[in-house]
Amino acid sequence: MNGLEMSTAEQVLFWIVGPITVLGASALLFSKRAVLTACSVMVTMVGLAFLYVGLGSPFLGVVQVVVYTGAIMMLFVFVLMLVGVDVSDSFVETIRGQRWIGAIFGLGLLVVLAGAVYRSTFTFVIGGEGAAGDNAGAVASLLFSDFAFTLEVTGCLLIVAAMGAVILTHRVRLTKPVTQPQLMAGRTKRGLRLTPPPAPGNYARHNAADVPAIDPSGRVIEASVPSSLRLRGQVHTLRGLSQDLLEDPPACGPKEVKP
Amino acid sequence: MINNVILAASTAEGGQAAARSAWLVIAIPLISAGLLLLAGRKADKWGHLLGVAASAASFVISLWVFADLLKNGSSDINLAWWINGGFTLDFGLQIDQLSMAFVLLVTFVGTLIHIYSIAYMAHDRDRRRFFAYLNLFVAAMLLLVLANSYLVLFVGWEGVGLASYLLIGFWNQRSEYAVAAKKAFIANRVGDFGLLVAMMIMLGEFGSVSFAAVLPDAAVLSPTTLTLIGLALLLAACGKSAQFPLQSWLGDAMAGPTPVSALIHAATMVTAGVYLVVRSGPIFEGAPGARLAVLIVGAVTLLYGAIVGCAKDDMKKALAASTMSQIGYMMLAAGLGPVGAVFAIMHLLTHGFFKAGLFLGAGSVMHAMRDQVDMRRFGALGKFMKITWLTMMAGWLAILGIPPFAGFFSKDKIIEQAFVAPAGQVWQGWAFGLVAMFGAGLTAFYMSRLFFMVFQGKARWTDDQHPHESPGLMTVPMVILALGSVFGGLILTVVKFDDYLAPALVEGHHGEPVVNAYAIMAATLVLVLAGAWIAWAKFGSAKAVVPVLPPAADGLVRAARADLYQDTVNHGLFVRPGQALVAGATKTDNSVVDGAVRGLAWLFLRTGGLIARLQNGYARSYAATMLAGVILLVAIVLAGRI
Amino acid sequence: MSVTAYLLLASVIFVIGATTVLVRRNSIVVFMGIELMLNAANLAFLAFARMWGNVEGQLAAFFVMVVAAAEVVVGLAIIVSLFRTRRTVSVDDENLLRH
Repeated sequence: MNGLEMSTAEQVLFWIVGPITVLGASALLFSKRAVLTACSVMVTMVGLAFLYVGLGSPFLGVVQVVVYTGAIMMLFVFVLMLVGVDVSDSFVETIRGQRWIGAIFGLGLLVVLAGAVYRSTFTFVIGGEGAAGDNAGAVASLLFSDFAFTLEVTGCLLIVAAMGAVILTHRVRLTKPVTQPQLMAGRTKRGLRLTPPPAPGNYARHNAADVPAIDPSGRVIEASVPSSLRLRGQVHTLRGLSQDLLEDPPACGPKEVKP
Repeated sequence: MINNVILAASTAEGGQAAARSAWLVIAIPLISAGLLLLAGRKADKWGHLLGVAASAASFVISLWVFADLLKNGSSDINLAWWINGGFTLDFGLQIDQLSMAFVLLVTFVGTLIHIYSIAYMAHDRDRRRFFAYLNLFVAAMLLLVLANSYLVLFVGWEGVGLASYLLIGFWNQRSEYAVAAKKAFIANRVGDFGLLVAMMIMLGEFGSVSFAAVLPDAAVLSPTTLTLIGLALLLAACGKSAQFPLQSWLGDAMAGPTPVSALIHAATMVTAGVYLVVRSGPIFEGAPGARLAVLIVGAVTLLYGAIVGCAKDDMKKALAASTMSQIGYMMLAAGLGPVGAVFAIMHLLTHGFFKAGLFLGAGSVMHAMRDQVDMRRFGALGKFMKITWLTMMAGWLAILGIPPFAGFFSKDKIIEQAFVAPAGQVWQGWAFGLVAMFGAGLTAFYMSRLFFMVFQGKARWTDDQHPHESPGLMTVPMVILALGSVFGGLILTVVKFDDYLAPALVEGHHGEPVVNAYAIMAATLVLVLAGAWIAWAKFGSAKAVVPVLPPAADGLVRAARADLYQDTVNHGLFVRPGQALVAGATKTDNSVVDGAVRGLAWLFLRTGGLIARLQNGYARSYAATMLAGVILLVAIVLAGRI
Repeated sequence: MSVTAYLLLASVIFVIGATTVLVRRNSIVVFMGIELMLNAANLAFLAFARMWGNVEGQLAAFFVMVVAAAEVVVGLAIIVSLFRTRRTVSVDDENLLRH
């Protein structure tokens, strides 16, 4: 790759992926729903992976997808689910003037950084990077020779981080754990169902979670569908079932066997 | 016995002993005062006797010193002779004719008044304290006149001021008496400022303030410097002698007991100003401007006192106005130069006798009339208090200047000298002479008014008054002083007082009055008799009707009753601006100085409050601040590379 | 020319991430902004690696990624534990250090 000029292919790549990346990033600023934000950021990460490959580091491009998009963003989504997806951000600003401050400082930073970029002179070294195409090998040879110690330290860092996460989320049990007999006694006292709820789905035709089970009298069992779907009203009604089941509901026990 | 005394003084050692013992004259009353104050209530039984004994001992020793003076001439004594080791302290006494004249007057009249006070203050439980203060006064006054430098004089000066304050406010349970004492002290203080300024100039010019260093060489200074010193000394004399413009305290000083008025405010302390001017004669000789100022002050004061005295119904205040006026005469005479100064001192001595006699008589009248002082409530007392009547008559005739009583010899000579014009200033002779003569006429009028209102005419007493003569301890001093009023002037003229005093004064030249001396004498006598006759007609004759309440009168009489508005003027000129200055200074201190400090604190608080608003607890605000910092840093680096 | 273009893109992405930290209130979204900033830095590193013609820049970007991963782990753990106690993920609700 000649560093002075971008080849046409690279230019096409840059000018298509670049705006997509920026668009995905801007969802961070403008989107109300957190999960949508996480997905747009994932788009940005993938776009960046494309750019990394275009910049002559396919190794890092793959690592970007695996680590960032696959691990880090998934972690974000996990936590978002944990917190609750219906916790939506109110866009009313509480701190006076923070919007303006944010806009002005953002633009200011952009101006300053652009200025720094334009004011700099760059020296280009043609023909580096050793064997063309063996990017991973070049990285590896540098990594394990000059930067071996850094590698080990980074490994330690990862271990410490994992331990830290465990410690931070550790909860000290303040009450005695509830045992199964206690649970059953409680349910009995309150007159609740003692057995697990019936599984969703109808016989062998449907087993989707949003299709309710039917009891022997042909009525829908509400408890068989998860409560979140019930709350959202995403439960299949009886009308969605096939006609023959309605006309000819199966009997409870096995059919009579003819000789 | 007198011969033995003179014999003892005539030997050299005896002379030395006499002069050396002059410090006892001051020390004995001072120690007595200290003892009486420290002994407390235990000494109430015998305290007054110790006071009288101290004063009498002082008189006896001063006689001895006087005899030595007549034999051996003046001497200078250093009181700090016992300090050795290369360090000399110039604190001493000067015994000469002028100082001994004063010493004899103060001790003699002082002892008489001490004796009088035993009976006058007999019913007062603080009599011992009174005698302590009287002794303190005598000691301070003697130090003043015996001083050999302005500094020692100043010590005595302050001492008499202190004693005057303590004695005027003796009955300080009455707040108006205490206020009068403060007024006297403050007016004196203004004068003291003048004396301090004069001493500072002398110190700057001569390096010393002793009489021996300053007075003989006074002529080397420029007339301007001498005029400044002279004016400053005149200010001091005005304060102490109650001359215009510092005369307002003398009338109020009558709040003190009558012996105090007699001793301090008639015979002795108020004459200290005249002493100062006469002693500083060489300075005034070289400063014609200051001398003219002395003359003007004396002339104005003698008229002021006379006008005020004509309208006063309070007996003691009338006598106070009379004192002011007579000291005006003395000032006028002192300003006429060394020749006039002799008559000033002569008048001072005779005035000491007859004024003290008049005051003691007034005290006797008050004693008889249960401490009343309103003359409109007296009348026809001559029949009931014969001795008082006779002694006061002697004093009255003396102050009028009727020959051959004492006042004639001194006051007439002053009037005659007033008509002597200095070279080329004929108007001065006429002006001051006529003023002095007119003042004599007014004096005759108001003093006769006083005498007739009190002793003649019809009785205008309040109910249940039983006037009676005073006890012997009071009448004997009055009689002695009356003898002095009758014969004093004659004696002084016979023993040639002017020759006696000459060695202590500068050489003076005699001038001729612009009018014939006998004509002056005759005109004065006519004026005096006319004044006395008018007073007789209005107040003393059997047909005269003296209203019990002061009648409505025209502007001048009303002004005279209000002391010619001296208090209003003082209040407007000095008190109000002073109070405004203090109020302004306090306000400035509160608003500007304190305000600046408070304002600075407020500024810091507000700035702190404003900056504290940055700490709103929101992480996003802190992030914004950090971002701002980053932008700034990059911009700076960028700017450095442009 | 090429380096400039990539650097500008990196600047834009960085600015977007910084503004997110300033403007958004949901702490998880803020954390995503931080990750975006790290990615922008990575892009810049790689652009310079191509300029210099060696892989040291790529190595630096690699380490940045590793550290970012560790940081995300710990940061999300913090957010979770905060959520467990305070029941909120708003950044503004953690303002106990206010004056």
